[in-house]
Amino acid sequence: MDFDIFISILGSAVRLSIPLLFTALAGLFSERAGIFDIGLEGKMLASAFASACVAYATGNAWAGLGAGIGIAIVFSLVHGFASITNRGNQIVSGVALNFVAAGLTIVLGQAWFGQGGRTGQVPASGRFSGITLPGAEMMREVPIIGPFYANVISGNNILTYLAFLMVPISWWVLYRTRFGLRLRAVGENPGAVDTAGISVTWLRYRALIVTGFLAGFAGTYLSIAQSAAFINNMSAGKGYIALAALIFAKWKPVPVMLACLLFGFLDAFANFMQGKALPLIGEVPVQIFQALPYILTCVLLAGFIGIARPPKAGGVPYTKER
Amino acid sequence: MSTASVPLPAWINYGVIPILNLILAFFFSGLVVWLIGENPFEALQLLLIGALGRGEGIGFTLFYTTSFIFTGLSVAVAIHAGLFNIGSEGQAYLGGLGAALVALSLDSYVPWYVTMPFAVIGAALFGAACAAIPAWLQAYRGSHIVITTIMFNFIVSSLMNYVLVRVLIVPGKMAPETRTFLEGGQLPKLDWLIGVFGGRLGAAPLNFSFVIALVMCFLVWVLIWRTKLGYEMRTLGHSPTAAAYAGMRYSKIVIITMLISGGLAGMMALNPVMGASARLQIEFVGGAGFVGIAVSLMGRNHPAGIVLSALLFGILYQGGAELSFDMPAITRDMIVVIQGMVILFAGALEYMLRPAIVRLYQQAMGR
Repeated sequence: MDFDIFISILGSAVRLSIPLLFTALAGLFSERAGIFDIGLEGKMLASAFASACVAYATGNAWAGLGAGIGIAIVFSLVHGFASITNRGNQIVSGVALNFVAAGLTIVLGQAWFGQGGRTGQVPASGRFSGITLPGAEMMREVPIIGPFYANVISGNNILTYLAFLMVPISWWVLYRTRFGLRLRAVGENPGAVDTAGISVTWLRYRALIVTGFLAGFAGTYLSIAQSAAFINNMSAGKGYIALAALIFAKWKPVPVMLACLLFGFLDAFANFMQGKALPLIGEVPVQIFQALPYILTCVLLAGFIGIARPPKAGGVPYTKER
Repeated sequence: MSTASVPLPAWINYGVIPILNLILAFFFSGLVVWLIGENPFEALQLLLIGALGRGEGIGFTLFYTTSFIFTGLSVAVAIHAGLFNIGSEGQAYLGGLGAALVALSLDSYVPWYVTMPFAVIGAALFGAACAAIPAWLQAYRGSHIVITTIMFNFIVSSLMNYVLVRVLIVPGKMAPETRTFLEGGQLPKLDWLIGVFGGRLGAAPLNFSFVIALVMCFLVWVLIWRTKLGYEMRTLGHSPTAAAYAGMRYSKIVIITMLISGGLAGMMALNPVMGASARLQIEFVGGAGFVGIAVSLMGRNHPAGIVLSALLFGILYQGGAELSFDMPAITRDMIVVIQGMVILFAGALEYMLRPAIVRLYQQAMGR
């Protein structure tokens, strides 16, 4: 394959993996705290809508980001209220929030903008646009590293760099802070955490707030960094792919990043392969690439590529002794 | 004493609490309507007239109800065994392929009542096949059924996309769908049923699969409460350790339950594919599989409750469509919001009101 084409696929893979990365890291925090979150998709969608609306109204991208994060945290808190405070079923709550987000974004979008669920075009100042890193033009002439630096590493928007920055931060928070230790403990054995005199409820709420915070970035990225408006059902199942990536990465931060990059690459490759033929095999249906992340995750879950062991207390509401 | 362990009479558990939850769900949905600047009560009235006002409206309402009964039963059967089948959507989608293959191969040779049993079997087999791998993964590999069934929704979606765009498409046509089935591959419309009440079905696609759905309700009731397998399923759902102690085979029950659940979801395809459009179309399920979750939760996983809540969602779907004509500010997707609210309040928050009700009940009992 031509090297330039390969570089351009890599660049698009990075861009496609960013919403996955934010969302999967978001899921990492709630699932490690023992709260399953099927509602990642809904959080992403709701925050994409909120940030597009606010960025459209104010022309300020950061205000948009704030709104996106805010609404995703609200969704997280509702999830927490249902599944922590009321000990409801976490899966059911997540499914419900996905529906609410899918419906509300269209209903409100139509009522406010009247464009069939699209929001207004966000002005340039309300978007996160690409940043050319220093030396990108100069480096371009250097063979191999040059185009890679200029087209893959440079030229992305600030959220992209933030996403990759979140990986070591998440690792540090989860494995090197007291909060992280307790968070992981509450996902494995909430009884023990409770015995130590730490509030399981408050700890899990805090984990969910972090989840909402990170999911807000993902939605914002979709609507005002990758595009310039909110479009109907714009998350299009990315929340579920992120969930798959989280499982594929066995609930660990650095593997999460690699899994998201892999799934982003598959997506980019599928776009590129549309209507083209591979040597030897001939034309491969694009649908195979679309299904591949899910198939890979199922194969992993079957235990053929190591064992994916979820946090032990995941999905079980915590009840004190009566 | 904690309120959670106080027993409540059945009429409160199965009557008062679900209805209060439903009222809460509608209250919040009404709030959204009000936020848009429309009158929620007027909207509700238009919705009810649209769904139940004329014979044609009722026909459409019952058409949607049919689909939701199938997917509701599918979810309910799995829940009885403690499994959360979130993949009814994909199972119904693949079931459509089974029904369509039967219809395409038989429709020019035999009348509909010969095709029908094979189509039912075909749809159920394909639906069950779609649930088989997640079932096997849950039973023998311990992976979570929720995750695998979600994955299979997407895998099936890609597969059907391929099949319709590349294989079954009519050559020379642009639309990704099969050819129209002949008479022999269509289920007859139920004009007489609406006729009994003096209405006319008109263009509404209410068809024979409504009858099949009601038969399935009865069969599911027999299965869950009158057979050994049903007893084992319910035991497993209540306490996997008790089931194991009683010598029930976990993996066998899980797999059989999921196959039945997938089969029921697959049969849903009969309604839109052979009853309404007489061809297999892309994305024909249109979320009915997910509605099944709400229907099953609302109906407390009992076939009788499922019929009622499927009817409720049928009314919402048909009424919502009519409402969006009358009030352009409210789009059809308002139904999705209501659906989400119902799942949230009737499902995830089902215990929210319980402590308060227990207190009221104890006061009323004079304790």
